[in-house]
Amino acid sequence: MADNVLRLENLTMQFGGLIAVDDISLDVNKGEIVALIGPNGAGKTTAFNCITGVYEPTNGRVLLNGEIISESYPRGKMKDAYKGKNKGTYNKVVRHTPDKITYRGIARTFQNIRLFKALTVFENVMIAKHMRAKQNIFTATFRLNWKEERRMREETMALLEEQNLAHLKDHTASSLPYGLQRRLEIARALATDPSLLLLDEPAAGMNPQETQEIAEFIRSVREKYKTTILLIEHHMGLVMQISERIYVLDFGEMIAHGTPDEIRSNQKVIGAYLGVVEDAEN
Amino acid sequence: MDVINSTKKISTKNLTIIALLVAFFILLIILEQVIAPTDRMNMLLVSLRQGSIFALLAVSMNLLNGFTGLFSLGHAGFMLIGATTYALFSIPLAQRTDVFLWFSDSYLIRTSFPEVLGNAIGGPGMIMGMLIAITLAGLITAVFAFLVGLPVLRMRSDYLAIATLGFAEIIRALIMWQGLGTLTNAGNPLRNFTRHVDLNITIGGQTFGLITFTLALLSAICIFVIILIVSSSYGRAFKAIREDDIAAEAMGINLFKHKQLSFCISSFFVGIGGALLAIFMGTVAPIQFRAAMTYEFLLIVVLGGIGSVSGSVIGAMLFVFASMWWLRGLDSGAFLGLERITIGGFNIGERVFVSGFRLVVFSVIIMCVVLFFRRGLLGDKELPYYVKKLKDTIVTRITRKEKAGVSDG
Repeated sequence: MADNVLRLENLTMQFGGLIAVDDISLDVNKGEIVALIGPNGAGKTTAFNCITGVYEPTNGRVLLNGEIISESYPRGKMKDAYKGKNKGTYNKVVRHTPDKITYRGIARTFQNIRLFKALTVFENVMIAKHMRAKQNIFTATFRLNWKEERRMREETMALLEEQNLAHLKDHTASSLPYGLQRRLEIARALATDPSLLLLDEPAAGMNPQETQEIAEFIRSVREKYKTTILLIEHHMGLVMQISERIYVLDFGEMIAHGTPDEIRSNQKVIGAYLGVVEDAEN
Repeated sequence: MDVINSTKKISTKNLTIIALLVAFFILLIILEQVIAPTDRMNMLLVSLRQGSIFALLAVSMNLLNGFTGLFSLGHAGFMLIGATTYALFSIPLAQRTDVFLWFSDSYLIRTSFPEVLGNAIGGPGMIMGMLIAITLAGLITAVFAFLVGLPVLRMRSDYLAIATLGFAEIIRALIMWQGLGTLTNAGNPLRNFTRHVDLNITIGGQTFGLITFTLALLSAICIFVIILIVSSSYGRAFKAIREDDIAAEAMGINLFKHKQLSFCISSFFVGIGGALLAIFMGTVAPIQFRAAMTYEFLLIVVLGGIGSVSGSVIGAMLFVFASMWWLRGLDSGAFLGLERITIGGFNIGERVFVSGFRLVVFSVIIMCVVLFFRRGLLGDKELPYYVKKLKDTIVTRITRKEKAGVSDG
């Protein structure tokens, strides 16, 4: 597919004897909002960490815009300990640190908000601009990069204004209410000019009204920046409302994928969440 | 849009700061001409000299520990490299046999920048030579820091502190090693190098002292550059690493590269500080550059406020002035007239104010500061912030009074 943004191929992550992510394959196409759901401990965040380069997958491949950004096969200690599938399919190692992956165009937010707490809202977003600025330590120190610096400031201000955070620019990040911290985190991720945005539980800890706001916010982000979004979420209302396609993980395995309507009526998914399907049939 | 234009415009705040600094330096020059070396007030000049060097050393430690959040304790080792490098490249050739007493004529470095340039151009040449030697001290220290950083910066927090502490001791041990004696003089003091006394200018039989001025100016320039770095895009990246390294990495900041950068820049200025300290002290004895020296600077940084440049400068000045000058009487039997008090034949001046008591009082004062200013004197804010706050409170009080006056009338 030409408009494929993210593709996971047979991604497997094994910690010691435990397979946290088991042979999942997933596609996200340009402009889509795709959700990755599953009960606690299903391996959603682990999958995120494999995509963003925090973990090196045990086996499998991650592609961004058709380019391999991460690939690995069981080696070292895992050579004998590997219990997953597709052994021998992959034989290359491609590994990038998280900052390189962000540079290639994947930005993320965190489950437990990770802002630069003591810094201002403005600085938080400016830091995300650092990566793409054309400068080195000498030009930056002696302000020979002032044109670049000016551009960074202008873009940051524009972004903050679009996100209705401009009036808070001089407040420290930690002084913001929870909902705004979430939005700032997303704004900061957007400042890295991503082609794919990964949101790890954007509505965690929010009340119904805030959840509704974040849903609209995520939609507006997609419209404005033409970003593709992959999100992890527990809040079913939000997931069903905004995502076009849903992937469901349970115990590391992909048990279903489809449109919200298909997922809603999928017995396996209901079973994974409620665990009562067999009992009900008896 | 003041945020956007702040890169180009010089604000009134900055103008005030520049004016104050110029006034300070003019005052320094005048003070140095007025106060005779034999005067009691000469202690003021000596403290200012040491204070400004300590300020530079504390600020460069703050760049690493306060702004980048890397708890490094390798300060003394890097200072020693700077001091040694400066000394080695500025001892006049005629003095070398004398200094390298144990290695007769086999010493390796046979260049003295101040001497070579001084002979070639005269007075200004000597100063240029000193500056070259000082810069070289910084560069060589930065190179060592780069090498030390390769293994050490992969560690975090406490482990980093222990590893850097260890490397500082290794550096000292290396410099004191007999095997490198022809290069480093193996722990025997280096002396007779070009010093600040050579900076005085004689015009028509009249000598003008410029020692304090020169040392303070060099420190101020270095501190200014550090301020520029801290407020640049890279400074923001350093702060991001301090705040949350995982998030910083997710925002595209290469952790290792930026940590290494901060480590090398900090060490560059520590090397320069070490060279200035060598100039101030007159001898470089490696035995002095122990871990205890690192703790002095750590104390200054914590005292002034972690993450505050002006805090470190104020902390350094207070530290030096208190330990060198104000509390000196506690050791020598005279302090604020308290020595005259006698209780039941127990004279305080004779029994309490004897050698060693200064450190006791000093420690108590520091404990009090740490207890009552838990985040240091200035926290992580800079001095202008407090000036503005003070101005605001005064203004609100005045307006409140005026309002009260109006309503009374």
